[in-house]
Amino acid sequence: MVELLAQTGLNAVYAASYISLVAVGLVLIFGVMGVVNFAHGELFMAGAYAVVALYADMHVPFFVAVAIGMAFVGLLGLLMEWALFRPLKDNPLGGLVASIGFLMILQSLAVMGFGVRMEHIPPVTQEVVRFTDKVGLPVARLYVIVAAVVFLTALWYFLKRTRFGWALRASAQDPEAAALQGISITQTARIAMFIGAALAGVAGALTAPLVSVNPHMGHSVIVTAFIVIIVGGVGSLEGAILASVAYAFVHTFVTTFWDGVLADIVGLSLMLIVLIVKPTGLFGSADRA
Amino acid sequence: MRNLLIFVLGSVALIALPYGLSFSQQEILVFLVINILLVTSYRLMTLTGEWSLGHVVIMGVGAYASALYTKELGIYVPVSMILGGVTAALLAVLLSFPLFRMKGFYFLIGSFAAGEIIRLIWKRFREPFGGVRGISGIDPMPDFSIGIYQFDFFEPVSYYYFAGVIVIASLWVLWRIEKSPVGLTFHAVHWQDKLAQASGVNLRAYRTLAFAIASGFAGLAGALQAHYVGTVNPNSFDIEVMVFVLTWAIVGGTATFYGPILGCIVLTVLNEIVLREMGLEQARPLIYGAIMILSILFLPDGLESLVQKVTRRRSAPKPEEKAAT
Repeated sequence: MVELLAQTGLNAVYAASYISLVAVGLVLIFGVMGVVNFAHGELFMAGAYAVVALYADMHVPFFVAVAIGMAFVGLLGLLMEWALFRPLKDNPLGGLVASIGFLMILQSLAVMGFGVRMEHIPPVTQEVVRFTDKVGLPVARLYVIVAAVVFLTALWYFLKRTRFGWALRASAQDPEAAALQGISITQTARIAMFIGAALAGVAGALTAPLVSVNPHMGHSVIVTAFIVIIVGGVGSLEGAILASVAYAFVHTFVTTFWDGVLADIVGLSLMLIVLIVKPTGLFGSADRA
Repeated sequence: MRNLLIFVLGSVALIALPYGLSFSQQEILVFLVINILLVTSYRLMTLTGEWSLGHVVIMGVGAYASALYTKELGIYVPVSMILGGVTAALLAVLLSFPLFRMKGFYFLIGSFAAGEIIRLIWKRFREPFGGVRGISGIDPMPDFSIGIYQFDFFEPVSYYYFAGVIVIASLWVLWRIEKSPVGLTFHAVHWQDKLAQASGVNLRAYRTLAFAIASGFAGLAGALQAHYVGTVNPNSFDIEVMVFVLTWAIVGGTATFYGPILGCIVLTVLNEIVLREMGLEQARPLIYGAIMILSILFLPDGLESLVQKVTRRRSAPKPEEKAAT
């Protein structure tokens, strides 16, 4: 029983890692640009397919494939900012509809390029870090955990310690005041979109060998990310990370001891309860409604 | 006189319409008619300013309810259809307690969560909802004759007439509601909520009323679909269907009664008939997505704004209409 609990805990840490990478990107984009990027799950999917194309089909080394995938998805983010979100800045539902349109385009490109079927990716490594006989952490999962820690720490440093980070946070807090201080809102939006998309991309690329890669995989990712950003408080990066960890633990444990559908119901119910009791989320500030 | 002529010609055109179509196009026509009711009921909800992502699941509630009423309780199909709508409306009243504590973006996400929970409950509980496979073998609408026409519900044409009559009657009711003082209050709740509240309007009650009416008609649309298709399952009411409804409403425009209907017809014909005929089966979502993006970029007020331009040019523009938009 203790071993089962420990193993489930490890699985939850892994889930928390990739969920927080996706959710933090979504929060960053929402914070700086004020748009809900419904295509964020498909950016995750694009990262996974980059690994399918480069690593599984063209035999590029895995980490090179991941790096290229991350950059590629970041560029997709820039494309979205330029083509969709910037022209639709003053249209509250516009960004939402446009991102749904972009989602459909990415999905059907994946279907046309790779087929509807699940992709098989040869495992990167079979090694497992063993704690006891029954408790172990596959190294492929460890990569995801390490990536989450490294990238999120780097993002934290970037936001709190660099001039660009200051500008980014300023324009998230009050775009007009930031613009008056000489901060280019377009520039900060571009940076936020690139970082946000690239984080989703790297999460997708690293988890590709561990999950079933298919054109519709983004759906469950975006639902999870929404739950997490609502529970954590829309616009709060720290909240998103803490909520990712909490959600991952609840979901993994309910899945292990009962079943996956029930875990989804529990997760959504938690989100509804937070919305009813404290709509600004557990860590959100009251003014950003 | 002119209105009567338009009415007669319109009726003849609607009755003759299915005979110019192939069998599969006739089937699409039936769905189109049902979807028109769905999207028009959705618009009533948006009048109060709230955009829901749970409307398709509410439609599913009507479908599941009507299917279960006929299957488990043996209720006569047309009666159970109405009961399905009533069930959806009652559930909406229940859901309004948690959901109307939220507004705007939070309502959007909250309604999505509530809908997903309902959908997952259908998926999880095999009794009575049938789990992932849903309910099949739902009683079809029993055949009947009205003297001049024999309804045979294995034929899509018959079901088109049947659903068409129900949908037109429902649209008429929705239209009357919108033009009644209640409908005007819905507008006030959206555009002048503080003023409306100060004038003694119970905002919460009116938002709940709009939600319940919209859900009732969505449930009726779901019941119409369930007894036509013969099966219901959780996946036929998922977020992808909701996305379609949302785009019909936005591409058509929601400022007028006919806007969402226009969006629904244009996009369905484009998606189901034009793109299919062109043999672009795989690329359909791609082209559909591109159309969504282009229309929101270049036609932000929807297709209805094109119609308005044409009709305005003919009749002199009224100044208060400009002030209102």
